[in-house]
Amino acid sequence: MGRFEYAPAPESRAIVDIKSSYGLFINGAFTEATDGKPFKTVSPASEEVLAEVSEAGPADVDKAVRAARRAYEKVWGPMAGRDRAKYLYRIARLIQERSRELAVLESLDNGKPIRESRDVDLPLVAAHFFYYAGWADKLEYAGAGVDPRPLGVAAQVIPWNFPLMMLAWKIAPALAAGNTVILKPAETTPLTALAFAEICQQADLPPGVVNIITGAGRTGQALVEHEGVDKVAFTGSTAVGRAIAKSVAGTDKKVTLELGGKAANIVFEDAPIDQTIEGIVNGIFFNQGHVCCAGSRLLVQESVYDEVLARLKRRMGTLRVGDPLDKNTDIGAINSADQLARIRELSQVGEDEGSERWSPECELPTQGFWFPPTVFTGVSQAHRIAREEIFGPVLSVLTFRTPAEAVEKANNTPFGLSAGVWTEKGSRILWMANQLRAGVVWANTFNRFDPTSPFGGYKESGYGREGGRHGLEAYLAH
Amino acid sequence: MQRERSWAGNRSRLPRVTTTDTGVDSLADVTSSEDRLRRFLLGLPGVDQVGAEARAAALSTRSIKTTAKAYALDLAIQMIDLTTLEGSDTPGKVRALCAKAKRPDPADPTAPQVAAVCVYPDLVATAKFELRGTGINVASVATAFPSGRSSLAIKQQDTRDAVAAGADEVDMVIDRGAFLSGRYGLVFDEIAAIREAAGDTHLKVILETGELVTYDNVRRASWLAMLAGADFIKTSTGKVSPAATLPVTLVMLEAVRDYHEATGLHIGVKPAGGIRTAKDAIKYLVTVNETAGPDWLDPELFRFGASSLLNDLLMQRTKLATGNYPGPDYFTLD
Repeated sequence: MGRFEYAPAPESRAIVDIKSSYGLFINGAFTEATDGKPFKTVSPASEEVLAEVSEAGPADVDKAVRAARRAYEKVWGPMAGRDRAKYLYRIARLIQERSRELAVLESLDNGKPIRESRDVDLPLVAAHFFYYAGWADKLEYAGAGVDPRPLGVAAQVIPWNFPLMMLAWKIAPALAAGNTVILKPAETTPLTALAFAEICQQADLPPGVVNIITGAGRTGQALVEHEGVDKVAFTGSTAVGRAIAKSVAGTDKKVTLELGGKAANIVFEDAPIDQTIEGIVNGIFFNQGHVCCAGSRLLVQESVYDEVLARLKRRMGTLRVGDPLDKNTDIGAINSADQLARIRELSQVGEDEGSERWSPECELPTQGFWFPPTVFTGVSQAHRIAREEIFGPVLSVLTFRTPAEAVEKANNTPFGLSAGVWTEKGSRILWMANQLRAGVVWANTFNRFDPTSPFGGYKESGYGREGGRHGLEAYLAH
Repeated sequence: MQRERSWAGNRSRLPRVTTTDTGVDSLADVTSSEDRLRRFLLGLPGVDQVGAEARAAALSTRSIKTTAKAYALDLAIQMIDLTTLEGSDTPGKVRALCAKAKRPDPADPTAPQVAAVCVYPDLVATAKFELRGTGINVASVATAFPSGRSSLAIKQQDTRDAVAAGADEVDMVIDRGAFLSGRYGLVFDEIAAIREAAGDTHLKVILETGELVTYDNVRRASWLAMLAGADFIKTSTGKVSPAATLPVTLVMLEAVRDYHEATGLHIGVKPAGGIRTAKDAIKYLVTVNETAGPDWLDPELFRFGASSLLNDLLMQRTKLATGNYPGPDYFTLD
């Protein structure tokens, strides 16, 4: 018999209409930037320029903050919760209606496989807006006091790994609680946020309630440091998070930070082996490993180490790396040249420090930014690849002998965002969850999200919670 | 395409014991007593239900188009055990089914033949005569199909009758009552006895996964059947709901893959019942490809127990070749 070679199955790009250039979305309309130069956003899979985007300078930031202030005081703040809910439900439905378009746009701009943007990102984005729409008229039951009030104007800065999902995590609870927002998407992935601006127009959202300004670090800094901002919410690197915490220190701004991670994915000898392998793969190769809660440190009990590694390598051999728009692609492109350089650098460090590097045979496209799924064995706690966040499809494998040792190694990191436990023993799952200093502990699964579940970190992974009832508290004064 | 039709002497029935491979040594050992067998089966790694179903669902999202689809449709047709297992079966019905097996698409002689025709033992002779010289096998259910509730002597005789009438393949059922009450030794001995009665005839062991219910049971029953001498493990009789499901088939494919790893032997897998559309069949083939691997994309190692599936495969095949869907009346209903 011949081989079962999957023919290309590309999702059509025709559904998206990318404009050649975009302005800033301020006070309900797209406007030209007054200062700052335009910049280009490229498809990381091909390096093709997708569009030109405006950089917001200090004057634009000021304009956006004033628009948000006006909308907060005149319209959105005083509006009844049930009316705010109607807008949020409308936005959620529009996202569902346009989900195919948004998924294609996300995959183009970010490089993630369409299978994930279609089956994970977009359903979660819509679910997040639906969930918080339901809270808008029930805030007094959120556990934030009997008469919780919005904070005012929220400055929100989000990363490039889940552009539209991070937007939803930020905007949905803020609006439900009665705040207005200025959101800055990452400079490499602004397009779905700009499409979201169109959705706000489609939903007849009052002008100024949502403002989207584009730009890089300088724009973000101008935004979070602006005096008219009451609340700063940031998701991204620990270094930038630290800078933000410093800059708002001594002001009355509230802050939530969701930063990096180096999650331990812990496999015990009685784990359901085939599902565990899937969970390891999903933990580190989902979204090219560009996941702050990625299971990037695999801790395997020594008694099953050989078997787990053999099975993991076999499974990695079936991963399909390539065109993000192909419906059969499992691993897409690295988001940017900078990120690729960082992954390469840390992988080189891993080799130099004596760890063994392995990747399955796979042909990478010549254009664009690509890195093969990679596993490092012989890694110890002292190695940089066991301590620093690589933020790419690179797994470091360590071993342990007893549950106590697993806990000790898992917690021995400056981060504390997530962890995974694989065992068929229920009592051990509960014991481990109590011991692990991580905001999320997954048992016999990994990288599962739901709008009803709070998410956030310990230690250098940040503070504050997003999602669930807890996510509202970050946007309410009590 | 060349296909071997006889399994006689193709494989040894039990894992070969060698001194170099400890995996094989330990496997031969596990069947030496009921106690050891029981400890081995209960010691297999668990199956997480949520994870197994999520994996099957993820494999279902593969998009199989154009050349890949053409390959998959023809392969699926060649993997069909075209089945009729009704109280109302007659020689006439079986003759019609055999005609369809030989030439599935009356309008298109390039459509491949199916792998086998599957009938009750008393109709084996009829099917055998109709299929002479075609290379298409006759499969017979046996062992008091579908419930298996009879004495071992009767089950053995049932098997011998089917073989004597010319069956190339025997589809037996396991004793689910014994399995569910933990009498693994009884199930093992019965499969081994039928293996004996079937001689060199190809033996498929039906687990009836709809009655075993849990994936842990499916994995244990798969190993039990393989250790006892099955050439194929088969999901269902088609008389119990649910019949074949993708996650159950996934767990069975993992079992044959692991058994191959341990012994070097290839055991086949046959999902049966409930697979009615080409789209479903392609999901199974994707699962085979990405779980057990390309070796199993062969009618000798993967079969579909089905009847109505064939017409949908033929219809999609014609659509792919001509761009048009013919009406259902252009395909025969036998």
